[in-house]
Amino acid sequence: MRGRFFLCMMGPMSDIKVDVKALAELVRMEVGEAELAKLQEEIPAIIGFVEMIAAVDTSGVSEDTSLRNVTRPDENPHEAGLYTDDLLAGAPAREGNRIAVKQVISRKK
Amino acid sequence: MDISKLTIAEARRALDAKEYTARQLVEAHIAAAKEKNPELNAYLEIWEEQALAEADAADAVIAAGQQKALTGIPLAIKDNLLIKGRIASSASKMLEKYVATYDATVSKKLRDAGAIFIGRANMDEFAMGGSTENSAFGPTKNPLDTSRVPGGSSGGSAAAVAADIAIASIGSDTGGSIRQPAALTGIVGLKTTYGAVSRFGVMAMGSSLDQIGPFTKTVADARTMFSVIGGYDPNDSTSLPNAPTSNKKPKVIGVPRSFLKEGVDADVLAAFEKTLEGLKAKGYEVRDIEMPNLKYALAVYYIIVPAEVSTNLSRYDGIRYGLSMPGDDIKEVYRKTRGAGFGPETRRRILVGAFVLSAGYADAYYRKARAVRSMIRNDFIKAFESVDVIATPTSPSPAWKFGAKEDPLAMYAADMFTVPVNLAGVPGISVPSGTVERDGTTLPVGFQLIGPHRGEEVLFQVGEDVERL
Repeated sequence: MRGRFFLCMMGPMSDIKVDVKALAELVRMEVGEAELAKLQEEIPAIIGFVEMIAAVDTSGVSEDTSLRNVTRPDENPHEAGLYTDDLLAGAPAREGNRIAVKQVISRKK
Repeated sequence: MDISKLTIAEARRALDAKEYTARQLVEAHIAAAKEKNPELNAYLEIWEEQALAEADAADAVIAAGQQKALTGIPLAIKDNLLIKGRIASSASKMLEKYVATYDATVSKKLRDAGAIFIGRANMDEFAMGGSTENSAFGPTKNPLDTSRVPGGSSGGSAAAVAADIAIASIGSDTGGSIRQPAALTGIVGLKTTYGAVSRFGVMAMGSSLDQIGPFTKTVADARTMFSVIGGYDPNDSTSLPNAPTSNKKPKVIGVPRSFLKEGVDADVLAAFEKTLEGLKAKGYEVRDIEMPNLKYALAVYYIIVPAEVSTNLSRYDGIRYGLSMPGDDIKEVYRKTRGAGFGPETRRRILVGAFVLSAGYADAYYRKARAVRSMIRNDFIKAFESVDVIATPTSPSPAWKFGAKEDPLAMYAADMFTVPVNLAGVPGISVPSGTVERDGTTLPVGFQLIGPHRGEEVLFQVGEDVERL
């Protein structure tokens, strides 16, 4: 029943091409071949569904002008080092009081 | 003591009257939790040792006559809320061993009010889903029928209360994740006004929508929980200033009829109508209202949420905390860690989010969705000019069987009545009212009440009338 409901809401399938492999590269996430094939079906279906809003007339909508800065003043800092050990305890690799990371530019070509 | 009958109010009375101790109360809940949890999987971890120590401390407080609203009351806490020194995993492999380095404001407020934390409750990974099937540590089962889902994403928090292994619990609601599981397990679930409860120390999913709220057995208990966890917090930039609550007696209930025409099970709709009739008999006026943009809410939601998920979850990269997979360079660490740490639905949303935000598509999807969201918000503002509260079913169907919604779009459709509330930032509550039959099993139906901005008190008042039907 739910499936039928969606088919009637979805309308024509999107003709937009979604390159899931390129998106996975963009978000730095390894995706296996089998999952890639599945996502290559699912994601265009999701995009096809949400695309229904393209038909909505939003010409009368203006950006909210009541936005204001709500960040607190940058003052009264806590004592340096107070949380260092707690935070570093969760880090995968540590060198002294620093988080260690792999090199950013690989020597391998 | 019969813990299946215990509400916060009743336990408070009995503890204060010294009918039993907090230790006895907590021991009874832990014993029941240990017995039921192997099947239900509502708790990912039971904090027995700490809970018993907290119970002893609560007994000392009660003996001294210093008790507060929740002194000695055992609660379940959703696995995305931080308690210093304890694991908070968001039911993800990514954070399986992550130990919180600070307390969420809500954890602190609950502790200050005397609450006892029994354990961390299972959920859909990073709060994405409507069935708890997306937990990396196995689904939670519905205590009313273990072949069915408890709803989600806060399914563990709901099941714990419904199974009487916590008196109340904490969940988070981005598009229905408190109200929908409350409906599917037959309890009360409250999504508070955006900004009414601090999110400091809660793992962010959809930041423009996420809210914290309670699961309880009664509306009165929901009011008690809200009074404890609500209030301004300088650590949350979206926190609202404290404001007095309105005591206006609600009289007019609005029903967006044309939105109820499609996609709802007939018997669920019949139960909803019966509740409305009952409220009419109690003197409420029920009025049809037009909210023409509600039909776009799901589409808007499933653009905005993936966009915010994609952004928020970029922090899980294997560098500062959580899972880290080895790689030759930093990019490989990112790719392998995120590849191994995130489950299927999380991955899907991250990818959809990257798409709707990408150059060339952001105007057509993300910015367009924001504009339509404004129109949905305006539908609510306009509706509340003529009605005091809006009613819909909470979920278009009762609890379904495991695996029945494999298609992600079918799962998303289950949120049709709850997502508009988050998009508008207004409060909503699900109160059990009526039942339906499925395969010979009687299942509860939730009645959703939606209030104006900061109108939680309106929800409690009408919600208590629903309870009395």
